[in-house]
Amino acid sequence: MKKPPVLILHAPGTNRDQEAALAVEAAGGDPRIVAVEELMTGRTSIAGFGAVVLPGGFSYGDALGAGGRLALELQAWLTDGLSTALRSGRPILGICNGFQALVKSGLLDAAQPRPYTLAANARGRFECRWVTLRVEPGCRSGWLEPLRGSVIRCPVAHGEGRFAVRDTRVATGLEAAGRIAFRYLASGSAGGPGEEPADGEYPANPNGSHYDIAGVCDSTGAVVGLMPHPEDHIVDWQRPSGPPGARGSALFEALVAAAR
Amino acid sequence: MPDFARVTLSDSQPSAQATTGGKFDPMTGPSINAASVVAESAVVEAKAAVGAATRIQVRTAGHPDEQRIVAAAAELGVSGLRGCRRWTVYHLEGRLSAADTARLCRDLLVDPVTDEAFVGEPADSGTVVEVAPIAGVTDPEARELERAAATLGLAPLRAATARRYELSGDLDDADIELLARRLLANTTIETTGRGSLPPAFSPVSAAAPSAPSVPLVGLSDEELAEVSGRRLLSLDVTEMRAVQAHFASQGRDPTDAELETLAQTWSEHCAHKTFKARIRLTHARADGTVEVSDHDGLLNALRRVTDDLDVPWLRSVFVDNAGIFAFDDRLDLAVKVETHNHPSALEPFGGANTGVGGVVRDILGVSARPIACTDVLCFGPADLADDELPTGVLHPRRVRDGVVAGIGDYGNKLGLPTVNGAVLYDRGYTGNPLVFCGALGLMPAGSHPTEPRAGDRIVVIGGRTGRDGIHGATFSSAGLDASVAERAGTVVQIGDPITEKGCIEVVERARDLGLYNAITDCGAGGLSSAVGEMGSALGAEVDLAAVPLKYPGLQPWEIWVSEAQERMVLAVPADKLARLSELCGSWGVELSDIGSFTASGRLVVRHGDCDAIDLPMALLHDGLPRRRLAASHRDPAASAGSPPPDGTDPAELILGLLAHPNAASRESIVRTYDHEVRGGTVVRPFVGPGADGPADAAVLKPLDTWHHDRAVALAVGLNPRITALDPWAMALHAIDEAFRNLVAVGADPDRVALLDNFCWGDPNLPDRLGSLVRAVQGCVEGVRRYRAPFVSGKDSLYNEFDGRAVTGTLLISAVGIVPDLHRAVASAATRAGSDLWLVGRGSDRLGGSMVAEMLAIDDTRVPEPLCDPLDRYRAVHSLIAAGRVTAAHDVSDGGAAAALAEMAIGGRLGLRAAIPPDADAGAGALVAELANEAPGRLLLEAPAAERAAVADTLGEMGRRIGSVTGGDSIEIRAASAEATVTIDEARRAFGCPTPGP
Repeated sequence: MKKPPVLILHAPGTNRDQEAALAVEAAGGDPRIVAVEELMTGRTSIAGFGAVVLPGGFSYGDALGAGGRLALELQAWLTDGLSTALRSGRPILGICNGFQALVKSGLLDAAQPRPYTLAANARGRFECRWVTLRVEPGCRSGWLEPLRGSVIRCPVAHGEGRFAVRDTRVATGLEAAGRIAFRYLASGSAGGPGEEPADGEYPANPNGSHYDIAGVCDSTGAVVGLMPHPEDHIVDWQRPSGPPGARGSALFEALVAAAR
Repeated sequence: MPDFARVTLSDSQPSAQATTGGKFDPMTGPSINAASVVAESAVVEAKAAVGAATRIQVRTAGHPDEQRIVAAAAELGVSGLRGCRRWTVYHLEGRLSAADTARLCRDLLVDPVTDEAFVGEPADSGTVVEVAPIAGVTDPEARELERAAATLGLAPLRAATARRYELSGDLDDADIELLARRLLANTTIETTGRGSLPPAFSPVSAAAPSAPSVPLVGLSDEELAEVSGRRLLSLDVTEMRAVQAHFASQGRDPTDAELETLAQTWSEHCAHKTFKARIRLTHARADGTVEVSDHDGLLNALRRVTDDLDVPWLRSVFVDNAGIFAFDDRLDLAVKVETHNHPSALEPFGGANTGVGGVVRDILGVSARPIACTDVLCFGPADLADDELPTGVLHPRRVRDGVVAGIGDYGNKLGLPTVNGAVLYDRGYTGNPLVFCGALGLMPAGSHPTEPRAGDRIVVIGGRTGRDGIHGATFSSAGLDASVAERAGTVVQIGDPITEKGCIEVVERARDLGLYNAITDCGAGGLSSAVGEMGSALGAEVDLAAVPLKYPGLQPWEIWVSEAQERMVLAVPADKLARLSELCGSWGVELSDIGSFTASGRLVVRHGDCDAIDLPMALLHDGLPRRRLAASHRDPAASAGSPPPDGTDPAELILGLLAHPNAASRESIVRTYDHEVRGGTVVRPFVGPGADGPADAAVLKPLDTWHHDRAVALAVGLNPRITALDPWAMALHAIDEAFRNLVAVGADPDRVALLDNFCWGDPNLPDRLGSLVRAVQGCVEGVRRYRAPFVSGKDSLYNEFDGRAVTGTLLISAVGIVPDLHRAVASAATRAGSDLWLVGRGSDRLGGSMVAEMLAIDDTRVPEPLCDPLDRYRAVHSLIAAGRVTAAHDVSDGGAAAALAEMAIGGRLGLRAAIPPDADAGAGALVAELANEAPGRLLLEAPAAERAAVADTLGEMGRRIGSVTGGDSIEIRAASAEATVTIDEARRAFGCPTPGP
């Protein structure tokens, strides 16, 4: 079977592009790391790709808020390409800084002013640690369907990942619309996954995210964003401890399947 | 120097201009019109005052700084501060309509969920302090704002930023000044004042380039010394005379640029004058004998002993920016550790930030892809009383917090995992903190080109050149004192990791495409050193007018020696320049072609029509007179000192050791570093089911090597507490610690590469130099005993504050190979019922141990270094490699008792063990048994089923001392007493930041 080409977008300061590419490749896709500049100048077009991944990092140094400048570039230069991709139902996945850029660009939610954001962690600093996620059973995203209700263990590494809402009705609305994609789960005994969401408890919810929200999708389900890094857990030896399984590879397998 | 008393807008004199600004309300919706109404008044004001800038200020509700500042003020003794509102201020100059301003706010600057914003000049009611970068200091936010405005299609604008603090509470003027100087601003790089500050746009003054002569010919020694001092050249009289003699023979005086070039190239930092000097050591031994010996270069000694080992897997050592050795049959590893002490003392964030940037460029400078960072930090005590703080010194807490933030910022933004290191607190570092930054890189074997050719273009890629970082190389070759912050001025820099990240992407691809013949980083000495070194066997011609500047007005010598960050210099064949230029364009990296390498043997530099430099390369590289230095060292009399206090409660002792600042958990620091990026971290800084046990070493599986199971391990060893007692033994103990840390995670003791970093005081003082020579002799002996080569090293001398030398500190970094990553082990106990084994013997000598410091025991006897250490490490390695060992932990600070407790903390499993008495049971034997720090000791956990195999392999070297019980208590027995602490008590003492199970 032909490997579907997957675009890994590289803006100045992007840094988890190589891992994202490896995860896509391991899932049977054909990843290509493409600099934003190549898209802006038209040397490469989004049209030829089956899916788009916006990986983690510090695009443009996060100098004006995490992902803010990349969001601006997405709006200014890439809207056409991305919306064409969206209309044909191709998946777009934003991880960490890519998620921040998706939120700020309006690609996840066009409502103005934006109803939710990714704010500074509740503990006021960058934090790197492993967390447990649940793919929400009620998530509407079509390409996440095979993962619904499953668990992923992987690290977070960010300073601005607190899912913050303008008011609590925003989260209720997102849940009712099936747009909450991932939530942080409580740690079980011995560090394994627990059954229930973290209920705001640190460190299972590492950043104080409202309603333990770790990731969301747009109203079509094609655009998905999350703060943690499933691309850093695609083989067992990457996991620090705990029982086998709960790898992030399943997420990339779903992405590649939808990119065909 | 900014003067706080020179207030810009005092709050006691309200501004005559009433507030004309307005609140930008993102809640009013998406309409540009609605927002522009709000912003309009600001534009009106801008029109009223010609050239005035638009001012936008943004506050994020609950910004972490706000609480942090109130807490830090209380620590400073300012208890009256009750609240702080922190704003980011953006000044914009250019043709900006109200709609433009509104759009910038909506699309970029203001997050409608968390932020409030205000456009225009605010009324300065209450107590307001503003802080802005001094004009010319790197301001990445302003630069990104200018670029973003271009993306939005706005007219070109100039941006500057500031921070605004609105303070509330009961504060008098002295409080406010203290807060501004000690907490809110760093006056080395920032200006501060009450009320609103004017925008600090980059300077625009343009002076015609010139390179005036500096009269040198005919000057007396005193006059030469005066010139060297006044111009911060850090050259001694002998060296100044050599310069003078050269120019006398030419019948002219040097230009300022020529003199600066010689000062940079001949600086201690670049030329390692002390490590190349001839030294006579007078060594007075404790038994009264005196031995005099001559040393033909410390660097030579380290090189020779490494050469003698004749290690087949070394590729390039001691000659390039970093040491290179084989990882597998296809790939090499490159490694380097640097120090950035003086800059970090003055501006902790920027100093540490650029320290990481610099060492990563060293890795790029050998054409390797950087893959990981390490850091070792030495600070004064975090709880140092304010009245003990010397004048002109930042409090150790502030230094620590800034350094940690600076390291995290740069490494995280480069996408490099910061995986290993150490933090030490000691009074000896109060005035002169030490910041060691390390980096590891990976490259295809033989892919690093090192031969520039005549005709190659001299190409600079990366950051622009500014006045920042002028005289870094010569500055680091002198001591610190209270006035240095005022003199340092341009020395300190702020890093720009995103520009460096671009260089990483470009260099890796340019290497694979064969686009250059040589490469080096632009570090100490700037272009002067980089071009001078690359062209040393050829010649070079440079036009400085082609160097892109951050702002105009730099004189030729300033451009030439500026140490502005994030620049690499490449020798590029003319026919490959276009391809490199295109590559740079794709990755957003600026490239400039500044000249060519020649066959003339001369360094010729001009700035347009202005001739600046014409020097023979031979003078630069061979003209430096070799130094002769005198060194003396006296061994202290060996004495057990006063015995440890009687009746020490063993349980309290164990908890005290775990809680000691030099042993307690570093989690609150290390979790702010990304240790997961690049997806290859196998053994992390914290281990065990709760990820809170301290790891001995990091194990990494690099990207692009997943086709086999081999991994790389990184560890460090240092024990500066021993330096004052015996610098020779100290060096051997540091090597041993690095070794056993590596072996503890599964690294092969026969494939270890070592790096040395010496931080010492003024080498012109015989006692400083004597201790340094003894430490180097210890390193040389260590290579023989451990059969491990040094692949790279660095010395940082002149670490003095007010005439007091820093504690002589040798950092040994070690890189090892783990044959199979699946067999790597960590320090946390893993299974109830397993056996616990202790490898190695203890000692009753407590000199240099943590417990001696804690209990004020004045034992001067240092444990004997190991004579033949490899047998035990090979035995342990064979057990780990065979999968017979499930956990291993090195015994160091706090001895076996602390190490056992750490295994239990990490594993969340209780244990029971008896520490065998290895020395005469005299007075205080209990303390020695529990907490001695004899070298060569490891704790192992192995399943009971492996008992016979483990016993057989270890023989006399190891003893079974107990087992993992799995309960909730840690029971440790020594010959004379028994202690029980719960895991919970141990976790609390150790300072685990997360709740237990």
